[in-house]
Amino acid sequence: MSIKSVALASTALAALAAMVGAAQADISDNVVKIGVLNDRSGLYADLSGEGSVVAARMAVEDFGGKVGDADIEVVSADHQNKPDVGSSIAREWIDQDGVDVIVDVPTSSVALAVQQVTSEKDTAFLDSGAGSTALTNDQCAPTFVHWTYDTYAMSVGTGKAVVEQGGKSWFFLTADYAFGHQLEKDTSAVVKENGGEVLGSVNHPLSTSDFSSFLLQAQASGADVIGLANAGGDTTNAIKQANSFGIVQGGQKLAALLGFITDVDALGLDVAQGLTLTTGFYWDRTDETREFADRFAEKMNGQKPTMVQAGVYSAVTHYLKAVDEIDDDGGEAVVTQMKKMPINDFFAENGKIREDGRMVHDMYLVEVKSPDQSEGKWDYYNIVKTIPGDEAFQPLDKGSCKLVSN
Amino acid sequence: MQEILGVPAPLLFGQLLIGLINGSFYALLSLGLAVIFGVLNVINFAHGALYMMGAFVAWLLLHHLGIGYWPSLLVAPLIVGVFGIVIERTMLSRLYDLDHLYGLLLTFGLALIIEGTFINFYGVSGQPYAPPEILTGGHNLGFMFLPTYRAWVIVASLIVCIGTWLLVERTRLGAYLRAAVENRELVRAFGINVPLMMTLTYGFAVALAAFAGVLAAPVYTVSPIMGQHLIIVVFAIVVIGGLGSILGSILTGLGIGIVEGLTKTFYPEASSTVVFVIMAIVLILRPNGLFGRPRE
Repeated sequence: MSIKSVALASTALAALAAMVGAAQADISDNVVKIGVLNDRSGLYADLSGEGSVVAARMAVEDFGGKVGDADIEVVSADHQNKPDVGSSIAREWIDQDGVDVIVDVPTSSVALAVQQVTSEKDTAFLDSGAGSTALTNDQCAPTFVHWTYDTYAMSVGTGKAVVEQGGKSWFFLTADYAFGHQLEKDTSAVVKENGGEVLGSVNHPLSTSDFSSFLLQAQASGADVIGLANAGGDTTNAIKQANSFGIVQGGQKLAALLGFITDVDALGLDVAQGLTLTTGFYWDRTDETREFADRFAEKMNGQKPTMVQAGVYSAVTHYLKAVDEIDDDGGEAVVTQMKKMPINDFFAENGKIREDGRMVHDMYLVEVKSPDQSEGKWDYYNIVKTIPGDEAFQPLDKGSCKLVSN
Repeated sequence: MQEILGVPAPLLFGQLLIGLINGSFYALLSLGLAVIFGVLNVINFAHGALYMMGAFVAWLLLHHLGIGYWPSLLVAPLIVGVFGIVIERTMLSRLYDLDHLYGLLLTFGLALIIEGTFINFYGVSGQPYAPPEILTGGHNLGFMFLPTYRAWVIVASLIVCIGTWLLVERTRLGAYLRAAVENRELVRAFGINVPLMMTLTYGFAVALAAFAGVLAAPVYTVSPIMGQHLIIVVFAIVVIGGLGSILGSILTGLGIGIVEGLTKTFYPEASSTVVFVIMAIVLILRPNGLFGRPRE
C-alpha cells in the first residue's frame, strides 16, 4: 500500500468518525422517526390499532411536521400480541430503519419484551397501551415512560370505589398472562387494604370466547364482586355472558378493572349501564378534549378516541417538544429532558414524569350511563370523581425501580 | 355439599351442561367441515370466517332492515350459502384435481380477506345483538341457572345435526353423495350431475356454519374475529372424529365441549390447549381418528 493510499484511507476514516460524532450529538439521519407498534387485527385493535397511528400523525401535524430542520416520520406495525413478534419488529426498526422512538405497545407481555430491546439500544419507548406496573418497577429503564394508565391506577380507582360501595368479598376472573396477574395482584392488595377479602380466582386463556364455565365458578364462590382482571374482547364477552347467567340479577356485582370506551360501545348501554370504570381520559370532559375528539373522529369514521389513543397524542407531542429543546434524539437524553418538563395539554394538567418513568396525571372514576341518560353514540360516561395523580399511581417509595434513589 | 374430586357436585353438573352447549356449536361447525372434506376433498379453512359472516349478516339485517332473529335464522344462512356457492363455482372447483394443500391455502386466504374486510368496516370490538324476547331469562335447575337461550342452542343444533345426518345416511340424495365420495367418475357415469351436487354440498355446509353464527350472535359479541380461534379447534375436532366422518364429527364435537368444560373446572389454564393434546393422542393411537376409516 502506497503512502498516498494510506493517507487517503485515514482521511476517509477521520471524515467518517467526524460524521458519526456529529450524528451522535444531533438528530440521527436528520429525521425523527416514530414507530407506532400495537395490535392491528386482534382483540386490542380498536382501543389502540389504527386509532393510535392516527393520533400520532395528528400530533406530528400539530407540531408542524418538523423538529428544527429535521423531518418527522411515522411508521407502524402489528405485533399480534406476541412478545417475540413485538421484540423482533422493535429490533429491526431500530437497527435497520432508524426508528428513534417506539410508542403505544398494548399487551403487557409484549411491552416487557420491547422494553428489553429499547433499553439495550438507547431508544425512547413511550407506552400508552399496556398496563403492567412491572414496566416502572423491576423492569424500569431510563429510556422508558409509562403514559396513560397502569394496573395500580385501575385497581385503586375501581377497586377502592367498589369496596366502599359495599363489595367486600371478591372473586377474580383473570386473563392468564403478565397483565392479568399483575392487575389481580394490585387489586387484591387494594381490596384487603380497604377491609375486603379475596375468596378466590380463576385464570382464563387470553381471547376466550365462552366464559360461562368461569362465571359459574365465580357464582358458586358466593363473592359480592366478580373482578374482571382482563381487557378488550375478554371483558365484553364476560360481561355479556354474566348478564345472561343471571349473575347481576342474583345480587353479585361485576367490576371491570380495565374497561375502554370501545368496550362499552361493543356491549351497548343496555348491558353496560351502571358499570364503574377508571379511565385516564374521557373525550367529553373539557372543551379541549372535545375539540381533539372531534378532529380524531373525523379521521376515524366517527369513533371517539380511547384513553390509549389520546395518550399516544399527548406522549408524542411531549417527546417532540423535548427533542426540539435539546436537539438530540438519543433515547435516554430525550427521556431525561421529558422528565424535566411539565405536561400541560388536553390530556394532562400539570402532568409530570417521575424518575421511574411513570407519567403522573389525574385519573377519572366514571359510571356508564343508562340508555335514557345518553344522548347518542359515544355519550357513555358520567364522571363520578377525579382521582388526583398522586393518589392514583403507586407511590415512588413503594416501588422497586432501580433508578429511584431513596 | 357433595363433592367429586374436590369440586362441589352442582358445579360439576353445571360445567357438564355448559360443555354440552359449547359442544353443540362445535358439532354444527365440525359437521359442515366434515361434509365438505368428505364430498369435495377440501379442507375448508374459511369455515370460521363464514360462521362469523352468518352472525354479521344477522346483525346487518337487524341493524339496516329491521329483520329480527327468527327470520335471520333462515335468511342469513341462505345469503351466506349463496356466497359459498359463488366461491365454489368461481374458485374452489378449479382445485379439485390438485393436492389438498391448494384448497387449504385458497380457503385460508379467503378467510383472511373476509375477516380483514369486516375489520376494516366494523373494527374488532364487536356489535351488540340481543336475543329475542321469548328466549331471554332463564331457569334455576337447582344445580345451576340455565339461560333459556343456551337451552335453545342445544335443541336447535341437535335438530340440525341429526337432520343432516339422516339426510346423508337415509335418503336417496344422501346415497348419491356417499357414492360420489367413493367414486366420483362412476356416479357420473350413471347420469348424475356430480359437479352440481358438489356445489350444493358446499353451499349447504357453508349455510350450516352461518346458522351456527346466527345462533352464536346473542351469546358472544358479533365481531369479525369471532371465528378466528374457533376454526383451529373445530378442525382438530374433525381430525379427532375422523376426517370425513359425519357422525364422528357430531359426537366428537359434543364430547370435546364437555372435556373442555371439565378442564375449565380442574385446570382452567389448559382449557384452550386440551383439544390439541387429545388430538395428538388420538393421532398416535388411531391415525384415522375415532370414527374414521382408512382412506386409500
